[in-house]
Amino acid sequence: MSTEAAVVEKAEVKKPSEPLFSKKNKKLITHPLDLDNPVTVQVLGICSSLAITTQMKPAIIMSLGLTIVTAFSNVIISAMRNSIPSRIRIIVQLAIVSVWVILVDQLLKAYVYDVSKFMSVYVGLIITNCIVMGRLEAYAMGNPPWPSFLDGLGNGLGYGMILVILAFVREIFGAGSLYGYKIFANLGIPYHGNGLLLLPAGACILLGIIIWVQRSLNGYRESH
Amino acid sequence: MENLINIGVRSIFIDNMIFAYFLGMCSFLAISKKVTTAFGLGIAVIFVIGVTVPINWLIQNYVLNAGALAWVSPALADIDLNFLQFIVFISVISAFVQLTEMAVEKFSPALYGTLGIFLPLIAVNCAVLGAALFMVGRPYNLAEATTFGFGSGIGWTLAIVALAGVREKMKYSNVPGPLKGLGITFILVGLMSLGFLSFLGFAL
Repeated sequence: MSTEAAVVEKAEVKKPSEPLFSKKNKKLITHPLDLDNPVTVQVLGICSSLAITTQMKPAIIMSLGLTIVTAFSNVIISAMRNSIPSRIRIIVQLAIVSVWVILVDQLLKAYVYDVSKFMSVYVGLIITNCIVMGRLEAYAMGNPPWPSFLDGLGNGLGYGMILVILAFVREIFGAGSLYGYKIFANLGIPYHGNGLLLLPAGACILLGIIIWVQRSLNGYRESH
Repeated sequence: MENLINIGVRSIFIDNMIFAYFLGMCSFLAISKKVTTAFGLGIAVIFVIGVTVPINWLIQNYVLNAGALAWVSPALADIDLNFLQFIVFISVISAFVQLTEMAVEKFSPALYGTLGIFLPLIAVNCAVLGAALFMVGRPYNLAEATTFGFGSGIGWTLAIVALAGVREKMKYSNVPGPLKGLGITFILVGLMSLGFLSFLGFAL
């Protein structure tokens, strides 16, 4: 832990040239929420965003875990970026990411065991989550630690936003509950959960529709 | 033998890596624009999963499990290295991918030319690590684990080639602007996954 703490401190000492939350740095956080969203625009991290969004609780915990892993691996890789030989950089990156994932996994097992059981292999799969690798390659390898940290934070939040929207719709219309609370049953509304939404197929179609809505709003088009 | 066939069929069709677990979606979506490249990547994935799952099975059962080190010396019988699982598995996978890349480059430059950029990407294909982690959670022996690895790879290849085929045809259809590309692909994958649900009817 001590080396990681040292890296974080170093990132904060480097600030004087630029205010900590300059306009450019703020953009690093707000951009991934919409125009540069990791899931709907960069097409990264799809596997877990479809697999664990049948309920709100795992979705929120997964987004927190991924945000932590992305932000801190970004910081470390960014601090080391000038001394990593490019031929073996993927192995170096994977090793650092897996250290963080092991920490997150052990924490989940210790404090929220039921959620950790529900998420099964998908916690471990944060290692190969393309968002983490994608941001390391695209941003942290070429930028100083503090902006890299913000970039990781922003992308983790952008991913979390999509996860929460998906989980909200899937849980409320698929299972008729919200955060485990049987919402329709308690309001006295007879509602039969739509099983399709709980299936993989429903998640894919729903994500397709979210992308459609988002791109209609922000005007992003894919050139074919 | 019958058991192995069951595991094979189950991992190809019923527990399909893409349509049941969404593993390896990133490269699945990114590299499914042409059938030929999709097929090349699929073959490479079959090979990598088929080899790394048994290797990881051996490591899990002879090194990582609680008490697994007893074969070295009885003094090590109460060591549990399971917390190292992720880092060991991912190192095995990325080392193996690097080896495959070097071997292909040396012995078959033509294949290397076609696969070139996709090869290193396999290391971060979640299907490979996912298969290794699923293997740990199920009571497989070595032969079953190998079958499961190859089956998962074949299932993944089947899915990516099928999607590439559909997407090649999609070029000629008039999709609304905002839905073009990624959006319609997701809806397609959803519909294909519904089709694959029919395999659930198999009693194995």
